[in-house]
Parts: sequence; structure tokens; C-alpha cells
Amino acid sequence: MATEIALGELQSTAPLPMLGRLHEWVITVDHKRLGLMYIGGGLLFFVIAGLQALTMRLQLAVPDNHVVSPQVFNRLMTMHGTAMVFLVGMPILTGFFNYLVPLMIGARDLAFPRLNSFGFWLWFFGALLLYFSYIGGDGLYGAGSAPDVGWFAYAPLTERAFSRGNSTDYWILSILLTSVGSTATAINIIATTFSLRCRGMTLGKMPVLVWLAVVVAFMMLLALPPLSAAQVMLLLDRYLGAHFFDTQAGGSAILWQHFFWIFGHPEVYILVIPVFAFASEIIPVFSRKVIFGYQVMVAASCAIAFISMGVWAHHMFAVGLTPAGNAFFATSTMLVAVPTGIKIFNWIGTMWGGKLRFRVPMLFSLGFLFQFLVAGLTGIMLGVAPFDWQLTDTYFVVAHFHYVLVGAIVFMIFAAIYYWFPKATGRMLNERLGQWHFWLFLVGFHLTFDPLHFAGLHGMPRRIYTYQPGRGLEGINLIASIGALVQALAVLIFVVNVGYSLAGGEEAGPDPWDAWTLEWSTTSPPPEYNYAKEPEVHSRRPLWDLKHPEDPDWLYE
Amino acid sequence: MRSLAKKQLEFGLRFLVLIAAFIPVRVFASDWGMGASNSRLSQPYVFAPVSTPAYAIDTLAWFVISICAGIALVVGSLIAYSIVRFRAREGDDGSEPPQVYGSNPMELAWTAVPVLIVFVLILTTARTIYTVQAATPPPGALKVRVIGHQWWWEVRYPGLGIVTANEIHVPVSDGDNPAPTFLELESADVAHSFWVPRLAGKTDLIPNRKNTMWIAPHQSGTYLGQCAEFCGTEHALMLLRVVVQSRADWERWVAMQQKPAEESLAASRGRRIFESTACVNCHMVRGTIANGHFGPDLTHLMSRETLAAGAAMNTPENLHIWIKDPDQIKPGVLMPAMNLSAADIDAITSYLESLR
Repeated sequence: MATEIALGELQSTAPLPMLGRLHEWVITVDHKRLGLMYIGGGLLFFVIAGLQALTMRLQLAVPDNHVVSPQVFNRLMTMHGTAMVFLVGMPILTGFFNYLVPLMIGARDLAFPRLNSFGFWLWFFGALLLYFSYIGGDGLYGAGSAPDVGWFAYAPLTERAFSRGNSTDYWILSILLTSVGSTATAINIIATTFSLRCRGMTLGKMPVLVWLAVVVAFMMLLALPPLSAAQVMLLLDRYLGAHFFDTQAGGSAILWQHFFWIFGHPEVYILVIPVFAFASEIIPVFSRKVIFGYQVMVAASCAIAFISMGVWAHHMFAVGLTPAGNAFFATSTMLVAVPTGIKIFNWIGTMWGGKLRFRVPMLFSLGFLFQFLVAGLTGIMLGVAPFDWQLTDTYFVVAHFHYVLVGAIVFMIFAAIYYWFPKATGRMLNERLGQWHFWLFLVGFHLTFDPLHFAGLHGMPRRIYTYQPGRGLEGINLIASIGALVQALAVLIFVVNVGYSLAGGEEAGPDPWDAWTLEWSTTSPPPEYNYAKEPEVHSRRPLWDLKHPEDPDWLYE
Repeated sequence: MRSLAKKQLEFGLRFLVLIAAFIPVRVFASDWGMGASNSRLSQPYVFAPVSTPAYAIDTLAWFVISICAGIALVVGSLIAYSIVRFRAREGDDGSEPPQVYGSNPMELAWTAVPVLIVFVLILTTARTIYTVQAATPPPGALKVRVIGHQWWWEVRYPGLGIVTANEIHVPVSDGDNPAPTFLELESADVAHSFWVPRLAGKTDLIPNRKNTMWIAPHQSGTYLGQCAEFCGTEHALMLLRVVVQSRADWERWVAMQQKPAEESLAASRGRRIFESTACVNCHMVRGTIANGHFGPDLTHLMSRETLAAGAAMNTPENLHIWIKDPDQIKPGVLMPAMNLSAADIDAITSYLESLR
């Protein structure tokens, strides 16, 4: 064992020149490097799409504002939405799974390392294609620039008659490519967890995070094909004279909505279940207690995944479905609340009777708990179809899904970064800067998104580039815009923290949090082969067993 | 200690400067008179219903909100309590707390209670869905066809022979004289959504499809609304007004709208220019050769409060600017500037001013 570690050190003693090191990252098939590139790329687009959001808040700070033209605003809101889902949420979360799943199950890599690399580069170039539209969107038409049809791109606004130039084509191709990349990751995660677990790790002994990674992978396999199919149909409409969504030739505008939301709603859970996974690892460690109700947590996630496949038309309550259709989708939507509630109760059960340590990952997790609770409850309001007739397509919806996407998902992504950064880099993120980051982000988040619920109730539809004075919207929007600035400041502190800690952060050691899953048993950062010797586990918390030989977990599971 | 306070103060000051820099400069000050007009009207607030379907939604909404608030209070307090009660204390011995792996009775309890709540919610929701959606028009109910365009509303009263735009006049519907209005919603181009919060929930206008909704306003007044489905460049300025009038006032309005366009000798030069430019390709003035269909019907333009789908008040000055350069009021609008001389624009303005 000692010789193998020495070999690893030998390889890394002679530092390669800059170009050589870059080349190593390009040709790598190591799941850890690909995972970090996914996360790094995602964070880069997070900053870009975040600045686009800030520009929109600047425009909306006061009524009748003219910071940007309506055309530019519509591009901003389309790019912000598309990028945050496909270029930020998806890669960061798949990046974490890429990095963590093999480490947590004691494997040396994912089952198909080259497929993994292929998936990453497809995503990367697909992502570049979306932003390249700012240059190439004009095509030969002199009309276009970036896409301006909204992130769900309702037909027939995307047809040639209404969307000239190539902007919509860039949008289609970018999403097609990034979806294929995600599908590759999904296949890889399923194959890895089913065939590369270390000795002793039965399915029932996998960490919750790994279980949820499998659930998400299956959801991706089911939800992405309808999206890709719809994109191909739209391309056929635009270039080969098909009429799937071309209403002027008898096509159906509603067909697009069904296709899009059959993908789009499961997508919300594809983004949120990974952060349930982070919470289920972080909350126990900082409460110093085992996760409460492991089997129920896993079962509830499977139930959420299953139900979420049958709720898509709750995005379409206003399109004129039959009363029976509306009642069906209202019912299925509200059913999601049951397993979601179970998860929240189990996290509380985990904290109950523990010894809570309020380090930065835990702070973000607690913010997540409160905000996800509120997001879930406004979700129930939106699921009540008649109430949704008032709320849909307003700022209430914008506030609701930002509570999910920022209040829950971004908060937990930050928690996960603070938690696993020491593992990936060998250095701790600075705790003081982390506290500033958390509190400012919390204040900014609530300043922005709490008032926006009321903007919706006061009759403000989403996606409007301006609003008139005298409709009761001035104060709400000004506060929201100031909040956006506070959030930006918090993210700036985070960026500074990452740079500062990478350069001179405190040494982490293999197990800085006194945690219990396998990844904390190897060095930080882990060697390329993860474990010199295949680990053997006897319970869900192998490191607890090691640290407490007198009272191991396998006596109770 | 002192230096820390100073540092914090400095930080706070810098932060304030940043915020001040953020308050944006307005390039245009003009709101084309809309701010004043909006302030005179009631705000389009979801929880101020004045029409039957909106009342039904309001009742259900408050029921749901109270249940959700109750859940938020109970679960939120549980989280807060565990944070405070189970925090690691100073001087802790560092031992691990007792490990609890789960509890089936508790899992059962926090599954069963939400199931019951959801069951109640589903039943009440379904009842309201059917109350609102399954209503059928009584004989003699007013029917209005609303057709969405990029970025304005065409309003037709089949049977009454009235065509207008952006402002819908309906009679008040009170207990003694129920007079619901049934709307048939269609679209000429892309998807739009009809939303007047105080009157009803929204219903989409979708090309190749006929949707219906209904309102029964109990109180006269002008109610603000707007398009709620992203429909392109000027989605933000596709505004809507519903004018609810007493039966007598509404009948007077109908009789006035049914008349053909007024002849005015003073505006004959303007009329000639209007009719000899491309204006007539898109606009209709009933009883003249102007019979375009792409833009709003102008037969009784002066009976409307606003121009450009609620982007500007209908004043001679705004009308003049609108004809000269529509982009100035509504950037990206599909109506082109005709590049007419100032005198011609004046003449056309006075012609349109005569269309009462």
C-alpha cells in the first residue's frame, strides 16, 4: 500500500509547465477532474447569468425605465433562464455527483470514464454555443442576436414567422447538446452504482447521496428525451417545412407546451433532489447524528420522482384544459407535498437531540430548510388550479421558483461547496468570509424574492421589461432591485473567498468535519485512483464504525 | 475594538454609495399620462375581487393560504426550536449525542396528517374548478370575442356589430339583474393571456384554438389588466381595460359604437391623406374606404381612453407623436412610422380626433 502511494507522489513531484497542465485537464477522464470542471464551468455561467439578472433588476428598479431596450431585456430574461437551468444547475449538480459518487462507494472512477469526458465536452461546447448566439444569432438576416423567446420558448413564437435570424436555432442546438451530455452522465451514474460498489456496500448501505444520484439519473433518462424530441420537431418546422407547432398551417401550440413541461417539471426535481442529497449528508454531520429514517428518506425521494412525472400540466392550468384535466393535475401536484413533507420532518428528526455545530455548510443548510418549506407551501397554492389562474405567469411564480432555485438549490450548492471544498482542494474555505457570504446572501435573497410574491398579487405579469407608475408596483420593485445588489455582493465575497482560500487557506487534512462517509477516509485531495486498496464497509457510516468500534452502526441498521 | 467599529462603519458607508450608484437614471421622464390615469383607478389586486369567478377564487385562496400559514408556523417553529434547543453548548464534553436511526410510528404520523390535509385541499379545489369552468352561458348572455394580436386586443361584439380595441365595455351584473359576460378568446398570431385580476383568473389566447371564460362584475368602474403570456417584444405594453357600466350607460355606449364614423368637413384634408397612405391597409374606419384588418378599428377612436394598447393616454399630443413615430411610445411596435410631413401629421391627427 505504501509503495502505491509513493508512486502517486512520484508522478506529481515534477510540476508540468502551464500548457502541459492545461493539456492534462483537456484529455483527462478522471471523474474528479471532470466533476470539478463541471462545477467550475457552472459557476462561471452562474456569474454571467447572475449579472444578466442584475441588469434586469436595474431596468425594473423604477417604472418606465430605459436602461435597456425591450429587445435587449427579452434576450436577457431568455438567456438568464436558459443558462441558469442548463448551464448552471445541471452541470454543478452532475459535477458533484461525478466527483462524489465513486468516492462514496469506494470505486476508482465512474464505470465509463471516456463517456464521462465525452458528456462533459458536449455540455461545454453546447454551453458556448448558447452564448455564441450573441455574435452569430444574426445569421444572414440582420435580425436576431441572442434568443428572446423565453426559456420555455412557447410555440409559435419560435416559428420562422415570429423568430427570424438564427437566435432560436442556437437555443435549440445548445439545449440538444447539453441534454445529450446529461444523458451520458445519467447512464454512467446508474452503471457505476449498480456495478462498482466496494465490498460490503449493498444497495441498502449506500449513502443517501448515492441513492438520490441514482434516482436523479433515472429521471434524466425519462425526462430528457421528450425535450430533445421537441427540439428536433422545432428544427424540422423551421428548416424542413414541418408543421408540428406552426399554427398558421394547422399545427398545435399546446403540443409544444405538453412536450416542454413533460420534461420541464421533472427537471425541477432533477435539480432539487441532488440538493436533498447534499442536505442529507451535511445536516447529520453538523448535528452529530445519523440520518433519521434512512429507508423512508430514500423511499420518499423515489415517490417524488415517480409523482413528478405526472404533474406537468399544472404549468398549463390557464390554457383551457377541461375541468377534469385541471382537477387531475391539481391532485397529482398536491400529492407531491406528502413525500416532500416527509423529507423535511426527517431532517428535523435528524437535528432533534443532536449537538448542532453552526459552521458555514450548516448555516446554508438551515437557510435551505426554512426557504424550501416556504417554497413548498407557495407551490401548494400554485397547485390549487383556480388560485393558479390568478397566480400563473405573474411575479408570484417568479418568486416561488426562485425560492426553489435560489433559496433551496443555490443555498445547498453553496453548503456543498463549503463542505466538500476541503476534500477537493486540501484547503478549508475561510470561515469568516463564509459567514459574511451567508448572511449577506440571506438578506439579499429575502429582500429580492419576498416582495416579488406581492408584485404578482398586485397584477405584475412576469417577463415584462417595464411597468407603468400608479399600479402599486414601485416600492416592491425598488426593494427587490436593492436585494439583487446585496446578493451580488455576497457572491463577490464568495469568489474572493475561493481565490483566497485556494492560495493560502488552512490545511484541511483528510477529515476536517469529523464525518462518516467513505470519501473522508482518503487524502484531500484524493489521489487519482481514490483508494489504494478497495475499502470494505459494514454499515452506511463506515467512518463512524472506525471511530466508535465499541458502538458500530451495523449493530442497529 | 474601536478600530473594528470604525471598519464596520467604513464598510457600511461604502455599501450605501454602491446602492446609490445603483438607483438608475431615467432616460425618458414621460409616462405618456398613464401614471396619473392609473392612480385614479383601482389597482389590479388579486385579493380585491368584484366579479363572481374572482370571488370564488378569492374564497378558495384564503382557505389555502390559512392552511399553508398554519403549516409554515408549526414546521417553521419546529425547525427554529431544534436550532435553539439542540445547538452545541460551550463547554460541551465533545461526546457524540445518542444516535437515533428512525421511528416507524413517527414516520406514519407525519405521512398520515399531510395526506388528510391534501385530501381536503383536493376536494375544495375540484369544487371550485367545476363551479368556475362548468358554468354555461344563460340565454341572452352577452358574448364578446377577444382576439389577441402582437401587441393589442381586438374586441368584437357578435350580434351587436361592434368592433373596438383594448377597452372592453360590459354591463354590471347585480343580484337583481344577473348579466354575466362570456368571452371567446382567440389569437391571430402567438399565445397571449387575458388577465384582469379583479374580475377573474387568466385564460390563454392560443392560435388555432377557441378558449372561453366569463365574468360577472358586481360593481361599475374601470379595471386594469394586461397580457400575461410572453408574446414578443412589447409584451409589457399589451395592456387592457375593462369598463363596467350600469345597464343604461352600457346601452348608450352600444348605440354610440354602432353608428358609422362621423363625417366632419373640417377634417376632410386629413381624411384624404389618411385614405391615400398605407394607413388604410391595416386600419378600418367603418363607412369609408379604410377597411384594413391588421390593426385596431378606428371608427370610434376618440371613445377610447388610451392609445397603443394602454401605452399612452389618448390625447391629441400623444396621438400626434404616435403617428409620427410609434417607436417613441412603444419601441418595437409593428405600426411603422409613415415619414409624413408635420402638416400632414397634423391633418391626420385632426381627422382621427373627429372619429368620436
